[in-house]
Amino acid sequence: MISHLPILQVVLPLLAAPACLIFVRARSIWLFTCLACLLTFGISVALFLHVSDVGPLSYEVGGWPAPWGIEYTIDSLSSYVLLLVSAIAAVVILAANSSLGPELPERQQPAFYVLFLLCLTGLLGIVATGDVFNVFVFLEVSSLATYALIALGRQRQALWAAYQYLIVGTIGASFFLVGIGFLYALTGTLNMSDLSERLVEVEQQQLLAVAFGFVVVGIALKMALLPLHGWLPNAYAFAPSIATTFLAASATKVSLYLFIRLYYGVFGAETVDALLPVSIVFLLLGIIAVLAASLVAFRQSDVKRMLAFSSIAQIGYMAVGIGVGSTLGLQASLLHLFNHAFIKGALFLAVASVVYRTGSSQIDAFRGLGYRMPWTMAGLVLASLSLIGVPLTAGFVSKWFLVLAAIESGLWVVVLIVLVGSFISLFYLWKIVELAYSKSDSEASRNEAPPLMLIALWVLVIANIYFGIDTRLTVGASASAAATLIEGAPW
Amino acid sequence: MVILAETLMLAAVLLPLLAVVGILLFRRYPNIREAVSLVTAAVLFSVVLLLYLQVIGGAAVRADYLTILPGLSLSLEVRPLGLLFALIASLLWFVTILYAIGYMRAHEEENQTRFYAFFAFALAAVMGLALSENLFTLFIFYELITLGTYPLVTHAGSEKALKGGRSYLRFLLGTSIVFFLPAMIGTWFYAGTLSFTPGGVFGEEVPPLALSILLLLFVFGVGKAAVMPFHRWLPAAMVAPTPVSALLHAVAVVKAGVFTLLMVCIYLFGANTLSSLATIDYLLYLIAFGILMASIIAMQQDNLKARLAYSTVSQLGYISLGALLASSSSIAGSALHIAMHAFGKITLFFCAGAILVASHKTCVSELRGLGRQMPVTMAAFFVGSLSIIGLPPTGGMWSKWYLLLGTLERDQLVLMVVLLISSLLNIAYLLPIGVKAFFPGEPAVASVEVKEAPLPSLIAIVFTSVVCVVLFLWPQLLPFFGDFTQGIVDAPR
Repeated sequence: MISHLPILQVVLPLLAAPACLIFVRARSIWLFTCLACLLTFGISVALFLHVSDVGPLSYEVGGWPAPWGIEYTIDSLSSYVLLLVSAIAAVVILAANSSLGPELPERQQPAFYVLFLLCLTGLLGIVATGDVFNVFVFLEVSSLATYALIALGRQRQALWAAYQYLIVGTIGASFFLVGIGFLYALTGTLNMSDLSERLVEVEQQQLLAVAFGFVVVGIALKMALLPLHGWLPNAYAFAPSIATTFLAASATKVSLYLFIRLYYGVFGAETVDALLPVSIVFLLLGIIAVLAASLVAFRQSDVKRMLAFSSIAQIGYMAVGIGVGSTLGLQASLLHLFNHAFIKGALFLAVASVVYRTGSSQIDAFRGLGYRMPWTMAGLVLASLSLIGVPLTAGFVSKWFLVLAAIESGLWVVVLIVLVGSFISLFYLWKIVELAYSKSDSEASRNEAPPLMLIALWVLVIANIYFGIDTRLTVGASASAAATLIEGAPW
Repeated sequence: MVILAETLMLAAVLLPLLAVVGILLFRRYPNIREAVSLVTAAVLFSVVLLLYLQVIGGAAVRADYLTILPGLSLSLEVRPLGLLFALIASLLWFVTILYAIGYMRAHEEENQTRFYAFFAFALAAVMGLALSENLFTLFIFYELITLGTYPLVTHAGSEKALKGGRSYLRFLLGTSIVFFLPAMIGTWFYAGTLSFTPGGVFGEEVPPLALSILLLLFVFGVGKAAVMPFHRWLPAAMVAPTPVSALLHAVAVVKAGVFTLLMVCIYLFGANTLSSLATIDYLLYLIAFGILMASIIAMQQDNLKARLAYSTVSQLGYISLGALLASSSSIAGSALHIAMHAFGKITLFFCAGAILVASHKTCVSELRGLGRQMPVTMAAFFVGSLSIIGLPPTGGMWSKWYLLLGTLERDQLVLMVVLLISSLLNIAYLLPIGVKAFFPGEPAVASVEVKEAPLPSLIAIVFTSVVCVVLFLWPQLLPFFGDFTQGIVDAPR
């Protein structure tokens, strides 16, 4: 049984997506989707436990042996990200039914669940597969689903945002495809482990550089690394709140995973850096993203957009971790990848609750909410503290490792910039908190978010605190993933 | 014995949290609600006192609770300095609650439940900070103090209060994120531990440049110590109700800052390492400059609370200076000044609040002749002033004595002169207030009927001012008097 889990992880949501249409009522579809997500989460837990106890798992699709057939490989890194993505999906979908109520007409809701599951399939597929062309396929599956999810937003701008992302995302995917096309031409293989062995023997270094360049740019577009982030703010601002929550917590993280997997695991960081200055570029872009995006976030009046820019800044942190170039730096990136998913998930879910109650995500809508929606706002405050990096929250742990990595490499300037960035995040987050707890003119009575949204929010908030105190899972898994990627041969 | 001591130690942190629950439960019954605060404060003080009696024999009490990362744990340990701080804070909590009952009711403040609840929460964080075993634990409680006191600073909810709160939060969280955090992580990187260890944690192999950078980061990162130019939050925080200014900004918050600096200097760097750093002199002069500047600014303030705030900035500089000088006398002086300044300054703040409640006056220039109407308050103000200046017969004399001795031990004559000049400035901006209240010179403008502050507040004022005098006569009442430095300064590495 356990040996079939890698493929089941992906196939289960893939099959569940069309199966949704068996049901008629949106509510039953939602329940069915919840079940599917829960099962998917269960599989990822089983995989994670298996990998950490026994070791990596490999699965040959259709029984074709590795270099010829498609191989699914689950090692410590992929099981870690699978766990994250499926956990986020399972929590977020809990809140979906309530949150969609006022945002999407009932007859469109089935489409949301189908797209959600397809998007999840794509994201899990990217992580699980060990074949670069298969990665492209899943990248497209998740991207297409994402475009449609964004287009479901109730404002008309949602269509424009989706179209914008469609163009940019397609360019990114094309870059990626061209890159792997070059690699295939040079090595004659698409299997990741096979590829990493054959790349060493390639003699046309310039062609190799071109191939790497295409792949890196393509992924950077999908992960919204500054200056390729243009699509993200609109997409996050206009998608249905619950879709934003899921995308913010998982989609960019998976792109980052893909980058780490290819850069460290397949190409080898040294090989790439000998041809292209990727780590320096990541360090610089990361630093600029941290500062610039944080400053822009401060100027936003729409909280969703504010958090979207904050996400771009946080992706900057992860890029800095990669740019530092040490094992510790990579570990910091992986930790932040995990922790930030919970932070942003909680923040966006809190905003989703506000949208549910007030119909707006403008910052003025938050005035006095601390008294009308005490639990939602308490969750928002805790998640904000985690984003700032206050001790005993998850955000502190990732910041700790990032700073430690920079100090270890003697990059004191980076230390300073990283921390100034999180100082700026205090400014924009506190704008919300302050408004929420100031007295509003109209004395509206208590009007808390629906219970399921609250539960989902608080699961994420508690996860933030839990992973800030008990770091064994995150630190252990990220340490072993970073160590295998940098020191050991890929897989 | 040890188990009892460990329980007491944990109880010291948890008791105020229990009070938070009690305060929230009895939010509809103001009398019971305040009784909860008072009783908890009294119990807390006895607990800390018991703890003191337990460890006076020298038994080491420590306990680990949570391990965040390997080697990085949430742990508590009883140390002389921490115990002194905990004793003062818990005693003054009781006194301040007493004062606050009078003040808050006379002033008809809103949201009193929230006020008392966050007050208790902040006290829990102070207790945790005082009993921290390592820098990491201390850092957590340090941040909790900031977050717990923010709602107190913005209590009024007005635009001015929010603005003050914003700058409070930005300065305190900002310095701790940008400077304190990397200093802590750097210490962890170079020393491999964050445990407070007598004699310091850094080995011979750590480059002096790195140590200098770390020290600089610590001095500026501990924003609560209000080292210039990061002192601006303190005057900004004066928008808080007076009891908050009194306890939190004369005792708990600012003393948490200088306490942190003292712990860092003594237990992380160690006196020997510290005095061997080439850059230490520049830091000392910088702080000395801050002491003088703050005194000069204080002289120009007409708002009484603002003047007291800048006076605090200046006096905190004394403590930081003593910590960085790191001679046995200067450290003793710093520790004593934590206590003496606490009692002196809280008296002054209590008086300022009493004047506000009774006569609605906030400016120094309006206080002339007030001694006729509020003799007890103004007399207490005079005693408090003496203690801040460091004149007999008040306790403040002892701490300044040791601090001056400390500058001599390190051959820092310039610093000694600075301290003396600053004391003269203290006289110039504090003493006239008390004197002119009783001897207005020209006949004072006959104001409307002004009476003394409410009785509970008056009791608190008299108590703290009497303590100022008592500590002059019997300074050995303070735990470990003359003994703070035992096993700290000259400990083998």
